[in-house]
Amino acid sequence: MSVKINFPTPSARPGDIPDFSNYKFPDPGVLSVPPLEMTAEESREYANSLIRVLDKEGNAVGPWSDYLGEEGLEDALLQGLRDMLQMRAIDARMLNAQRQGKTTFYLQCTGEEAIGCAFQKQLHPGDMNFPTYRQQSLLVASGYPLKSLFGQYYQNENDPLSGRQLPTLHSAKDYGFFTISGNLGTQYVQAVGWAMAAALTGTDNISAAWIGDGATASNDYHSAMVTAAVYKPPVILNVVNNQWAISSFSGIAGGSASTFASRGVGYGIPSIRVDGNDFLAVMAATKWATKRTRGGFGPVVIEWVTYRVAAHSTSDDASAYRPKEEAEAWPLGDPVERLKQHLINRGKWSEARHKQGVAEIMDEVITAQKESEALGTFLNPQYLSPSAIFEGVYEEMPEHLKRQRQDMGA
Amino acid sequence: MAQMTMIEAVRSAMDVMLEKDPKVIVMGEDVGYFGGVFRCTAGLQKKYGIERVFDTPINESAIVGMGVGMATQGMRPCVEVQFADYMFPAYDQITQEAARIRHRSAGQFTCPMVIRMPTGGGIFGGQTHSQSPEALFTHVAGLKVVQPSSPLDAKGLLIAAIEDPDPVIFLEPKRIYNGPFDGHHDTKSVGWAGHPLGEVPEGYYKTPLAKASVYREGEAITILAYGTMVYVAEAAVKEAEVDAEIIDLRTLLPLDLETIVASVQKTRHCMILHEGTRTSGFGAELIAEVQEACFYHLEAPIKRVTGWDAPYPHAQEWDYFPGPKRVIRAIKETLEA
Ligand SMILES: Cc1ncc(C[n+]2csc(CCOP(=O)(O)OP(=O)(O)O)c2C)c(N)n1
Repeated sequence: MSVKINFPTPSARPGDIPDFSNYKFPDPGVLSVPPLEMTAEESREYANSLIRVLDKEGNAVGPWSDYLGEEGLEDALLQGLRDMLQMRAIDARMLNAQRQGKTTFYLQCTGEEAIGCAFQKQLHPGDMNFPTYRQQSLLVASGYPLKSLFGQYYQNENDPLSGRQLPTLHSAKDYGFFTISGNLGTQYVQAVGWAMAAALTGTDNISAAWIGDGATASNDYHSAMVTAAVYKPPVILNVVNNQWAISSFSGIAGGSASTFASRGVGYGIPSIRVDGNDFLAVMAATKWATKRTRGGFGPVVIEWVTYRVAAHSTSDDASAYRPKEEAEAWPLGDPVERLKQHLINRGKWSEARHKQGVAEIMDEVITAQKESEALGTFLNPQYLSPSAIFEGVYEEMPEHLKRQRQDMGA
Repeated sequence: MAQMTMIEAVRSAMDVMLEKDPKVIVMGEDVGYFGGVFRCTAGLQKKYGIERVFDTPINESAIVGMGVGMATQGMRPCVEVQFADYMFPAYDQITQEAARIRHRSAGQFTCPMVIRMPTGGGIFGGQTHSQSPEALFTHVAGLKVVQPSSPLDAKGLLIAAIEDPDPVIFLEPKRIYNGPFDGHHDTKSVGWAGHPLGEVPEGYYKTPLAKASVYREGEAITILAYGTMVYVAEAAVKEAEVDAEIIDLRTLLPLDLETIVASVQKTRHCMILHEGTRTSGFGAELIAEVQEACFYHLEAPIKRVTGWDAPYPHAQEWDYFPGPKRVIRAIKETLEA
């Protein structure tokens, strides 16, 4: 008898009708807010279900909505919408700029804006994100200057990293944004160590690890889960499940067998699963998770369920491996549209103001972009000094690097 | 004969071997339905089925470790690591497992697998899409290390690697994946745009491992290079108008010392060109071997042009990538020493 093994395939390929029928999402508002000291065992339901706040009509419903309270909420939501729109404008402009040859590479986070924009606002100074290349929204919501952002995209004199890193691999310590590595997963276990140090040195800071669904297969993801479960440091272990890892659907990382959140339970870490396209749900869940970790109740896993609307990067052609209409068919909708509708329902926003807002934000982004382009792009390179290659390899430049720098003639 | 890019030649090698030997399988991140981010495996899943060409989780040590498990049972896994820079999580599986299984089991288990990985710079990949880690493999007993410089060699060497009884690291220079290298910021020199794509036979043939090729014959100086650097050497030689002999090493481990030594004893001058960082780079090994065998023939110290001892930069890519200008200077210094 020969044993059959399993080679997972997605529910739809190019030419097929998008099919999300295997996704069973509960109605908004059905899940309660658990106590901060919830154990892994008690979190099972949260790991398999989905925390949602906004209903189809854009109204906020259920206990997680109440948990947000009303004080300052509307301002925060308006700011959140603004941040998301800015993020989206940057994505659109940079996609174009890459196509025009002004930058070598860009990665959009379109469709996932709510996660970073809502999460960032719950952090304190001194907290640290350990992001991937697709969490620019954390930076945008932290007020990171557009000047620096575009400086790195164009690798001109405003690039804080002096041309060393790819355009989307930022580093902004003062904005709680750990330096990004191109190798997937490495940051996840570092976030655990960072959180341990925060506890050991007596601060009340927390760290937030970020990883994509695909990269949860990496060694370092599992290393982080084990160590977080053992030492229980104040770390939030985020998994952004956007369904696709380049051409590989989430099932290639085991996502058809169980939810990414429920894996946390297996490691002994309380875990929750959240609608990542629901700005209010992200806000509420983050509020709970930051309180829990900061309060000394140990780590928490959050799976954000979302959809990667754009191609993986500007080097990728997503239409080669998934239906073109799949993003449209995503059952959890578009985070910007949903928050917009909610604010309209509250009487705080209107279609007209939205249209105007989109235009104003786009103008701001274009202005910053143009200012940056004047300092040089890849079409009009005003390269930073080649000697920057040798700077910062070590704190003090050793003799052999000085010789090489001289040899280069820089 | 067909005209092929290196990508097509690499694909053709896997196609031929999947067809010829049912024990050959191809796996790696995105290699299945999509055909790989560089499209090296495009069409192969459709042709051979999901059980022989399939996607893996993003876990390089799993890709290599599963390959070890398959190879030790007599299968012939040809696995892809998406970029050489991403092999580090698999380094333990490669160096302490795949490389040693034959030796530590006294031949009870062997590990005939190929680990393909795109290597080198020249595509604005920044720090983690540009490295040349060959020296990290040539330092490891039990591995073979190959790097082709043309479509013809890429196919022949890959077929030989898949048939080889030992684990082979197959480094594919991505700068010349899609066609010959014809651009450099510091070339006022002759480009090599007109270089033919590569005449490659459609079917089965082998290019032997552990054999260098004399890419260009000459009398004045021997240049040792491999991968993309063969073309940088060629551009420099043309521009400097020196009668240099260019040796394309093709296999770095085991090294074809015979060809190298014969050339250096003839030209009495030698220089080395590679992209990888200088200190403890593969050039250091070449210098040691050449001086041991050719000390009394050499008329000048051996120079090397290499990547700098710094992480590969993004914006200053062309200041890092060794170009003809640096090679010409090294040739002149060697000949005038
Ligand atoms: C160790 C390592 N292996 C492979 C890659 C190549 N790679 C870059 S992004 C990517 C897909 C990641 O998918 P996922 O984790 O789901 O994140 P997403 O891109 O969807 O946000 C791959 C395979 C890498 N960067 N690092």
